[in-house]
Amino acid sequence: MGDHHPTGFTRWLYTTNHKDIGSMYLWFSFVMFLIGGAMAMVIRAELYQPGLQFVEPNFFNQMTTMHGLIMVFGAVMPSMVGLANWLIPMMIGAPDMALPRMNNWSFWILPFAFFLLLSSLFMEGGAPNFGWTFYAPLSTTFGPPSTDFFILGVHMMGISSIMGAINVIVTVFNMRAPGMTLMKMPLFVWTWLITAFLLIMVMPVLAGTVTMMLTDRHFGTAFFDAAGGGDPVMFQHIFWFFGHPEVYIMILPAFGVVSEIIPTFSRKKLFGYSSMVYATASIALLSFIVWAHHMFAVGMPVAGELFFMIATMLIAVPTGVKVFNWVATMWQGSLTFETPMLFSIAFVILFTIGGFSGVMLAMAPVDFQYHDTYFVVAHFHYVLFPGAIFGTTAAVYYWLPKWAGKMYNETAGKIHFWLSMIFVNLTFFPMHFSGLAGMPRRIPDYNMMFADFNMWASIGAFGLGLTQIYFLVIVLLTLKNGKKAEDKQWEGASGLEWDALPSPAPYHTFSTPPKVD
Amino acid sequence: MAIRRKLIAGIASLLTFVFNGVVQAASDLNMRPGVTETSNEAFNLHMMVVWVMVAISVVVFGAMIYSFIFHRKSKHPTPAKFSHSTLVEMIWTIIPILILIYLTIPAVKLLIKMEDASNPEMSIQVTGSQWKWHYKYLEHDVDFFSNLDRSLTEKDENYLLEVDNALIIPADTKVRFLVTASDVIHSWWVPDLAVKKDAIPGFINETWTSIPAEHAGKTFRGQCTELCGKDHGFMPVVVKVLSKADFKAWLAQKDEERIAAEKAAAEAAAQSWDMEKLMTLGKEVYDAKCGMCHQANGLGLPPAFPALKDSPIALGPVEAHIDIVVNGKSGTGMAAYGPQLTDAELAAVITYERNAWENNTGDKVQPADIQAFKAGN
Amino acid sequence: MNEQMQQQNKKLILRLMAIIGGMFLFAFALIPLYNVFCDITGINGKTRGQALYQNVEIDKKRVVTIEFLTNINRGMPWAFGSKVKSMEVHPGELNEVIFYAKNPSKSEIIGQSVPSVSPGEAALYLNKTECFCFDQQKLMAGEEVEMPMKFYIDADLPEDITRLTLSYQLFNVTDAVNAAKGATK
Repeated sequence: MGDHHPTGFTRWLYTTNHKDIGSMYLWFSFVMFLIGGAMAMVIRAELYQPGLQFVEPNFFNQMTTMHGLIMVFGAVMPSMVGLANWLIPMMIGAPDMALPRMNNWSFWILPFAFFLLLSSLFMEGGAPNFGWTFYAPLSTTFGPPSTDFFILGVHMMGISSIMGAINVIVTVFNMRAPGMTLMKMPLFVWTWLITAFLLIMVMPVLAGTVTMMLTDRHFGTAFFDAAGGGDPVMFQHIFWFFGHPEVYIMILPAFGVVSEIIPTFSRKKLFGYSSMVYATASIALLSFIVWAHHMFAVGMPVAGELFFMIATMLIAVPTGVKVFNWVATMWQGSLTFETPMLFSIAFVILFTIGGFSGVMLAMAPVDFQYHDTYFVVAHFHYVLFPGAIFGTTAAVYYWLPKWAGKMYNETAGKIHFWLSMIFVNLTFFPMHFSGLAGMPRRIPDYNMMFADFNMWASIGAFGLGLTQIYFLVIVLLTLKNGKKAEDKQWEGASGLEWDALPSPAPYHTFSTPPKVD
Repeated sequence: MAIRRKLIAGIASLLTFVFNGVVQAASDLNMRPGVTETSNEAFNLHMMVVWVMVAISVVVFGAMIYSFIFHRKSKHPTPAKFSHSTLVEMIWTIIPILILIYLTIPAVKLLIKMEDASNPEMSIQVTGSQWKWHYKYLEHDVDFFSNLDRSLTEKDENYLLEVDNALIIPADTKVRFLVTASDVIHSWWVPDLAVKKDAIPGFINETWTSIPAEHAGKTFRGQCTELCGKDHGFMPVVVKVLSKADFKAWLAQKDEERIAAEKAAAEAAAQSWDMEKLMTLGKEVYDAKCGMCHQANGLGLPPAFPALKDSPIALGPVEAHIDIVVNGKSGTGMAAYGPQLTDAELAAVITYERNAWENNTGDKVQPADIQAFKAGN
Repeated sequence: MNEQMQQQNKKLILRLMAIIGGMFLFAFALIPLYNVFCDITGINGKTRGQALYQNVEIDKKRVVTIEFLTNINRGMPWAFGSKVKSMEVHPGELNEVIFYAKNPSKSEIIGQSVPSVSPGEAALYLNKTECFCFDQQKLMAGEEVEMPMKFYIDADLPEDITRLTLSYQLFNVTDAVNAAKGATK
């Protein structure tokens, strides 16, 4: 089969090719990343010093809300789906995803979903302003009119994610090349398989939650309204039943990515492959019974608080296993430090720091002091930015030679890494301190005592923002005039995509399944 | 000899200076230990976790850094072949479990202590609403709203952390707080007391504190910590602690004030106010209570907070205008100001709204009108 | 793609769709599940519905303090309170408290009071034989009412609870009720 396909816009609109769709997902998520990032810049500009300088509080709340929603649903999740599309078929020796037409559909829903969501910024009353966690009754009784657009947008991106997840599961179960047993699959495929199961378990719950919001707002139900016999705390329970697994949905594929990259540049096999698989599965299972650690302050009985505290702390065990395994993979390896490896190492270190603050937050009696302060903001940005986003960045540098057949400029990559590394810490580390000093999250103005930390964080954020634009430049330059990449660009790489395919990977791959021994 | 002694003393003082500097810097960066027994224990637990985490980082990151240096390709060209070891994997599953157990035990003890609000010596109902706190002393006839003091600027030490009426509590007394809300969820937090409880409409939550006698006279400041709408960042919590005797005196004074205020209100209501007086007081009340939402220029932030300039309410019948200010409007952000303001203040603010921003209806609303409205129902 | 594989895919997709549908319904099922769970454990301090006062033993030796709190939600102009602030009662004894409400506004308003008990687990032992919170109240402009609430505390109340707080938050549900009426018409 040749590389025949339509060209121009219709190629992208009608495509059912996993590589095209993967690229679209990645580009879409990068656009969202820049939009969400621009909102973060507004937030950090306002918080640069005490006093209200640029925006009024209501718009500030819209910015924090939209920043959260866009980064979670528009940047991180689609970028992971993009990686899955590109890599899973090549890694398991399949010609394409199992359900190519659904694949096309699940991508093309997204631009419309985010068009709806973003259009709310221009509506009377403004965009949703109740935080990405949209707690009732602030979002139900007191939500702006655009809340309905938000609900519809969430439904659409939920459907898109669910279809993406179905596709991954069916592909992994039914499309593996002969001989590719489950326990031979690359770890990235495993982490994505588990992520896909998490998605189909919790995205419907999110859909249920926003549906209840909609009926509460317009059809006289009172799921979350105390006056009608409902319970606003109930909202938080349902939301976090979705929300906590969602956290792992965003991070597990990144675990998979670094589990591919670290062995390559250590020139050594991944340490403890099967324990990695089991650890990932245990993290996923545990994620269903820890949700209420987000709500220690709502007034649960002590027994409930104890249960959720202990269950949450238990997550540290499988997560620890993963970190130790990565370290053991590097131990006595033969290490080199190309850009993907640098991002992966930073991932391991900074994600672990985020994990440490996670254990601190899990301890209910001290959580009363951390809860809803900047300490929490520092914690989840440490697991999301140097976690999920560094993971994706590492993946792009690592597989770009395979995808595009061109090699990025290593010096430029390293500059991008070091700038990211410095600025990410400058942005988010001081937030630990402002949180401990007592600064609540989601406030547009603050007392002088938090000023220094916020100034540093803002400077870091501006640098971090610009650095990501530099990343765009690097990728564009690579695509335009990068050096030709080798079929197996990385000396220590293994896996079907490197061993059995040329660079760039042709439009159709593995039309006849490869042999796996 | 003398020189050496001087040298030693010099070094010692230099060391103390450096040490104090480090301690000072570290405490600026760290959580505050607070003033109560529970807040101190929470702080100790926090420090304990921090040190455990530091120890783990030293081991894990140390091993990584060792690899970076000694197992780089230039130093270690042939990689080892091992890829698993059941024993090692067992060890690093079990050790974290042991560490977690070590951390859990004190956490469980402290949690049970913090959640035990039984046998209080006094109780205060704390009600959050957009965007102020209301405190009601259940055993006494005292209750008041606590609003942000908007006169402070960024330069002031307590910018955004000062209120018109602070919560006053006695030292050396177990005070129970019954926390609730009357619109959306808020959260009442005082870091120095290690008290944080969500205020949820329709539900009450209990929490408590007991401040040692030596802290009488001090003031502790916190903020609302649950996003509650536009002015979430502008509803501080201020708690002032008095000695038991001073607290009694304060209660007595509050009683006197209340009687005096009732008398003053009655007198004010009996008078007929002229336009200028109504407008002056009206502007004052408007800026303090209404301007946050309806804006100082009367243009509001529609659609949530409608404009008052040229509005049908401000230009329409007086009675409907009094009704909405006194009784509020359900399903919107408009609270009932009847219980919060005196009749004179209500009359003044309504007059102001009907005449400011070129509304110019010329209507004068008298305190007696408000009285008549309230009685006439 | 051969036929057999398509069959396999179809089967798997159907199974996954079943999980998805199930989880969507599960989100709704969480509401009754949570309520049942709360009813058993008293987690959220909600009291139960109407109780009967029959063959209840009175424990004269124990005294429990019960406090009454009222709180008025945003947008509700009524005056609302209890005649007494607190009572000392024996478990098992049937007691009565009078609450009062007045509608000072110019229009008819429907109110709903929502009870909440602290500590939460005490809610399990607070039995109300008569309560205005079981129904909505409609008050005409200027109307004033007294509303009795009868309750007893179960003798099984754990020993360590010596004081409980019963709070009523009053909501204005006029618009919701009228909207529902409009919908059925």
